[in-house]
Amino acid sequence: MSKIRIATTSLAGCFGCHMSFLDMDERLVGLLEYVEFDRSPLTDIKHCQPCDIGLVEGGLCNAENVHVLREFRQQCKILIAVGACAINGGVPAMRNHYTVQECLEEAYLNGVGVDNPMIPSDPELPLLLSKVHPLHEVVRVDYYLPGCPPSGDAFFTILSDLLAGKEPSLPKAMLHYD
Amino acid sequence: MPKSLSSGAGQQPHDHLLHRLHDLQSRFLHIPPLEIAPLATELDLPVSQVESVIDFYSFFHRSPRGRFDILFSNCTSCGGLTLMQQLCGLLGVQPGVTRADGMVSIDQTSCVGMCDQGAAVLVNGRTLVRLTAAQLPHLAQLVNTATPLDEWPADWFAVQDNIRHAGLLLNDTLSAGDGLRAAVQAGADQLLAEIRQASLRGRGGAGFPTAMKWQFCRDATAPEHYVVCNADEGEPGTFKDRVLLHSYAQQVFEGMALCAYVIKAQHGFLYLRGEYRYLVPSLEATLDAMRTANLLGENILNQPGFNFDISIVLGAGAYICGEESALLESLEQKRGVPRVRPPFPVTHGYLGQPTVVDNVETLVAAVHIAVHGGEWFRAHGTAQSAGSKVFSVSGDCTAPGIYEYPFGISVQDLLEACGGQDAQAVQIGGPSGTLIGRAEFGRKLAFEDLATGGSIMIYSAQRDLLAVVRNFTHFFAHESCGFCTPCRVGTPLLRKYLDKIASGHGTVYDREEMARLGKLVKRRSHCGLGQTAANPLLDLLAKFPQVYAERLLHQDYEPFFNLDAALTTTRELTHRDDAEAHLS
Ligand SMILES: Cc1cc2nc3c(=O)[nH]c(=O)nc-3n(C[C@H](O)[C@H](O)[C@H](O)COP(=O)(O)O)c2cc1C
Ligand code: SF4
Ligand code: SF4
Ligand code: FES
Repeated sequence: MSKIRIATTSLAGCFGCHMSFLDMDERLVGLLEYVEFDRSPLTDIKHCQPCDIGLVEGGLCNAENVHVLREFRQQCKILIAVGACAINGGVPAMRNHYTVQECLEEAYLNGVGVDNPMIPSDPELPLLLSKVHPLHEVVRVDYYLPGCPPSGDAFFTILSDLLAGKEPSLPKAMLHYD
Repeated sequence: MPKSLSSGAGQQPHDHLLHRLHDLQSRFLHIPPLEIAPLATELDLPVSQVESVIDFYSFFHRSPRGRFDILFSNCTSCGGLTLMQQLCGLLGVQPGVTRADGMVSIDQTSCVGMCDQGAAVLVNGRTLVRLTAAQLPHLAQLVNTATPLDEWPADWFAVQDNIRHAGLLLNDTLSAGDGLRAAVQAGADQLLAEIRQASLRGRGGAGFPTAMKWQFCRDATAPEHYVVCNADEGEPGTFKDRVLLHSYAQQVFEGMALCAYVIKAQHGFLYLRGEYRYLVPSLEATLDAMRTANLLGENILNQPGFNFDISIVLGAGAYICGEESALLESLEQKRGVPRVRPPFPVTHGYLGQPTVVDNVETLVAAVHIAVHGGEWFRAHGTAQSAGSKVFSVSGDCTAPGIYEYPFGISVQDLLEACGGQDAQAVQIGGPSGTLIGRAEFGRKLAFEDLATGGSIMIYSAQRDLLAVVRNFTHFFAHESCGFCTPCRVGTPLLRKYLDKIASGHGTVYDREEMARLGKLVKRRSHCGLGQTAANPLLDLLAKFPQVYAERLLHQDYEPFFNLDAALTTTRELTHRDDAEAHLS
C-alpha cells in the first residue's frame, strides 16, 4: 500500500505549530509507517507535489505566502489550517490595527536605531499585503486545527482520524485552553 | 456590593451614572477625560467602571460630536440612509466624522422606534420623524445658521400614535386609579389569583406566565423587592411601548404599582431607552399627578404600609439592555452584559434583591385584569395565549401603525387590515424572530405558533430580501455586547459572509460555511441576542433559497478580497511594478 503523502509549511507564523507537531514524539515513528513527507521543514523539498494532506501554519502577510498557499491548495486533497494564525491571522494580524504604510515607516524609517532609512524595494523581497489575512479568505480550507499551538495530541488525533478515513473530531478536552 | 441609588426614589436619580454621562455628553458634546475621575469619586464608583460604561453605550463619545449630532435610523422599515448621504453632501461631512468647524456630525443608529413614521433621525437626542428629501435643504440651513432646536419647525418633532385598530387594552375607558382601587379592595392574594386566572403571559417576547413570575418574587425573602418596567424596546420594528408610554403612561405606572403591591416592593424603575428621551417630561408629569392623587408615594390609597414610588432611568443606545439581566446591570450603573442565569432576577435581581422585570404592555394588561377580572381577559385570544396583543406594523403597507387584536389572528388578516396584502415576506417579532413567506401567511400570531413581541415588518415584492437580512445581520454584529466569543466573533463573521454573497463574490462554499457558523453561533451563545442572531439568514436560506442562489458565483471558491489591490500601497511605497509585485 502506498503511503499517505503529507506536506507542511509555515507562512506568517512562528514555527511554534511545527514544534508542537514534533511533540507527537515517539508516535511520529509509528506514523511514518503510514505517511511520508513531501514539502516540509523535514525534507527541504521546495515545491510541493501532489499530496493527500497539507498542513499550513500561519496566516498570509505577503505575496509569497499567497503563492505558497495556492500551490498547497492545488496539490493537496485535504488542506488543514493549523493554529490561531492560520485560522484568524493571530499574532501577525495585530498589525491590522495600523496601515501597512505606518508599519513600514516605523520599521524602516522612523524606528529607533535605524540608519540609512529607506523602505527596501528589492524585487527578491515579497511585497506585504495591506492586511494580514487568515487562510480561508484566500483559498478553500477543509479543516481547522485550533490552538496556539495545537497540542501534539491534537495533531495526532486529526491525522489518525484522517488515516482511518473518519471525519476528524477533537474531544472537548483538546479544545479547552485554560 | 453595588451602591444603591438615592433611595428617595421618586426623583429622576441625578446621581445615576448614565444620567451624569448624558449630562456631560450634551454639555461638552463628548465625555471630557478630565471629568471622569471626579465623577467616579463623586459617585463612589471605580474609574474603570465609569470608563467601561462610556465605551459600552453608543450615545457616549470620547471625542467631540458636532453641536448638531444627527443620527439616522438605519432600519429596514424607514431607514433613511440615502437621505443621510444627501444630508452629508449638503453639509459637507463624512458619516461619523465631525465637521472641522465642530458644527455638525452625522451617523447611523439602530432602529429608533419610529418605524411607522420614518425616515426618523435623532438630533441631539430629540426625535425627528417623517423626514423627506424635500426637507433636507431647510434642515441643512438650520444647522449652518446654528438655529436652536426649539426654533426648528415643531411639526418635525410631532410623533404620532397612529393607533389603527384598538382592542381590549387600547379601547380604554379606565380612569386613573381604577386598577389600584380594585386591587386594594380585593387584596394582594386575590389580585395574584386573577392574574393567574387570566393566564397572562409576558409581552416582551418570551411569554413567561406573569403570575408565576410575581409569585416567585413574592415568595423570595429579602430586605427589598423591586419592580422594573422594561421600556427598552430595542427590537427593530417595535414601537408599541412608545405609544403605551405616550398615551397610556398612567396605566403602565399603575401596573408597576400593582406588581409592587403583590411582591411588596417599595421602589420601581422604568428603564427607558435613550431614544425615547423625548417622553421623559410627560412621564414625569404623570408620576407627579399620581403622587398627588395618592396612587404613588406613602400609604397608597390610604393602605397603611403600601409605599411605592418609581424612578425613570434612561438608557444610552444599547439593544442588549432590553435583555432583563443586562438591563439590571445597566440599572446598577455597569455595562449591559447579560448575567449568568440561574439565579433569575425573581430571586437575585437589582442589587441582588428579588426583582420582577416586566414589559410595558404586560403591566398595562395587569391593570385591566385587576379591574375586569381574569375571566374577562381569558375569554379572548387562544388556548395558550390569552388576551390581546398590540402589534407594531411597519414596512410596505398602506397604513403602518399600531394594531391591537386578540391573539390568534392570522398574518393574512393582519396584512389585510393594514393594506399589506402584496407582501412577499413578513418578519415576525423583529430580526430575532421569524421570517415567513406567502405560503405561511395563514399562520397565527400566538405563542403556540408565531410568537412575537409585537414587531411586524412587511416586505413587498420589490424588496431585496438579501438586503433586509444583511441589515439585520449588521444590526446584531453591531449590538453584540462582546461578552461571549461565539457571538462577539461569530456575528461579524456572519456579516462578512453575507456581505460577500450580497456583493456577488460568494460561492456555494461561502453559503455553507455561513450556515454552519450560524448554527454554531445559535447553539453556543450566552444570551438571546447571539442565540437568535443567525435566524434571519438561516430563515432566508430555508424559505427563499433562490435569493442566495441568484447571487452565487458558479465556481469552487472566490477570495474574500481583491488580492492585487491589497498590494497597491506597498507597490507605491517601493516603486515596484514587476511581475512579482502583482497577484492575479
Ligand atoms: C437581546 C434581548 C433583547 C430584549 N429586549 C427586550 C425589550 O426591549 N423589551 C422587553 O420587554 N423585553 C425584552 N427582552 C426580553 C426580556 O429579557 C424579558 O424577557 C422581558 O422583559 C420580560 O418581561 P415580560 O415577562 O413582561 O415579557 C429582550 C431579550 C433579549 C434576549
Ligand atoms: S498559532 Fe501560535 S504557535 Fe502557531 S504559528 Fe501562530 S503564534 Fe506560532
Ligand atoms: S450572546 Fe452576544 S449579546 Fe449575549 S452575552 Fe454573548 S456577546 Fe453578549
Ligand atoms: S425606526 Fe425605522 S424601522 Fe424602527
